[in-house]
Amino acid sequence: MIQLHHVWWLAAAVLAAATFFDLRARRWGNALFWGILAAVFAGGDAILVQDAAGNHLPTQLVGVAVVVMALLAGTGGVQRAAPGPDETARREASAQRLGHRLFVPALMIPAVTTVLFLLAPFLVVGAWRLLPAENATVPALALGCCVALLVALYTTRSRPQQALAESSRLLDQLSWAIVLPMLLAALGRVFEHTGVGAAVASLIEMTIPTDSKLACTLAYGLGMIVFTMIMGNAFAAFPVMTAGIGLPLLIRQHGGDPAVIGALGMLTGYCGTLLTPMAANFNIVPAVLLELKDSYGVIRAQAVTAALLACVNILLMYLLAFR
Amino acid sequence: MNYWPLLGIAVVVAGFALRLNPMLVVVTAGFASGFAAGLGLPELLALIGKAFISARAPLLIVLTLPVIGLLEHAGLREHAQRWIARMAYMSLSLLLICYMGLRQALGALGLTSIGGPAQTVRPLIAPMAEAAARKTQPDLANAQRERIRALAAATDNVGLFFGEDIFIAFGAVLLIQGFYASNGIVLEPLSIALWAIPTALAAFLIHAIRIVVFQYGLKRPETGP
Repeated sequence: MIQLHHVWWLAAAVLAAATFFDLRARRWGNALFWGILAAVFAGGDAILVQDAAGNHLPTQLVGVAVVVMALLAGTGGVQRAAPGPDETARREASAQRLGHRLFVPALMIPAVTTVLFLLAPFLVVGAWRLLPAENATVPALALGCCVALLVALYTTRSRPQQALAESSRLLDQLSWAIVLPMLLAALGRVFEHTGVGAAVASLIEMTIPTDSKLACTLAYGLGMIVFTMIMGNAFAAFPVMTAGIGLPLLIRQHGGDPAVIGALGMLTGYCGTLLTPMAANFNIVPAVLLELKDSYGVIRAQAVTAALLACVNILLMYLLAFR
Repeated sequence: MNYWPLLGIAVVVAGFALRLNPMLVVVTAGFASGFAAGLGLPELLALIGKAFISARAPLLIVLTLPVIGLLEHAGLREHAQRWIARMAYMSLSLLLICYMGLRQALGALGLTSIGGPAQTVRPLIAPMAEAAARKTQPDLANAQRERIRALAAATDNVGLFFGEDIFIAFGAVLLIQGFYASNGIVLEPLSIALWAIPTALAAFLIHAIRIVVFQYGLKRPETGP
């Protein structure tokens, strides 16, 4: 049976490959960055077990590792990979030869994941199950990626080392930006633990009538937008606003449907992402790439859509959560 | 009620306003909130470490990288570009609306990294959009060309944001599920992802209408000096 920790080991293997290729290319900073991340992924479950047993040293070391990674990223220790030799002609020829077959492995990741997830309850022989009964999605995704990789290797007649070299190339291109969502999610939990959510919620409670469903829904939706604009990321705003307003007021007090409130709350936050320069990778980088004189040109182009959609989302949340 | 932990939020706002490295800003904000809440350094390091390990789900994207990298190496992008370029008869609004629909559909299947400002918008969608607009408006002003390119990037964002949430293994869905699980509410990812569908349809409609209005706006003579 495929457990969650197998999936983390698989991710650690991909990260360890990047460490190997960076060591070989003498990019020490990158190698250290991916090496730390690989160790956190491989040892994560064991560290959590130790932490639960009362030994906090391993989790403290991970905290130190996070600081080291941030310092590496902040001081330019992690370099973006220089573009390799121009391979356009070779890729054009390969594209000509393979044609639509190139789409097949790419489409197999979501297809296999979805099919395995839906079939999970039936993939059982006696006491043996292919996928765990709870949380089948992540192991299904990992299996989907493995199947797609085998098909891609067959289609392109490549060797497995080539796939790891390519994933390492992509990791060095994405650089520390790929870790930022993880770090923001962790910051959300730190905020939650240190009472930031509670402080925000108490500030809001002072200003809204908590016995009004409509006022609570409005406060949650507008709070998600404003907090996402501040943080530049709905992932960071979601745990804070949901712990502050969504969970205690909308779900516990007014009996709202948590699935509706979670999904629509996150999507209302996305409307905030469309409006903020803090979400640089979506709003500022494209303006630079497209050589716009107005660095807020992309935000201006999507502002009306974001505002209208935020109204729709809050209305949908109010109508669907309290059916 | 201790309001000092809100200092962490101030650090984030100031750090991003000063364009400091986001990784440094985020870690500093975590320390600011932690110390303001009266935590000691060992406790705080353990808290950050534990939170970091518990937030591994968004990085599962690395599992797709060997496949995507291999296909890019074999010319996936070149093939997709040629394939889409063959449909050169499209108008601006048809092109952008089709792209948004495709981006949403692929995002819903989890294929988010197929498009993006660097991969598709700059080399493909923005030039195609300008060319398509020239069919109805041969003498585009510079300001109009900039707005067309900005609209192409905006369309990419809207298509991405309001499609990916339908994919059950997407980080946002797993984050929502994980948050509820740590608060004692157990949900299947599918039940969360389903509620993203009404918003996906609304986003498509609203932005499609705006694209059509934009195209008609191009025909009006520019007013003012």
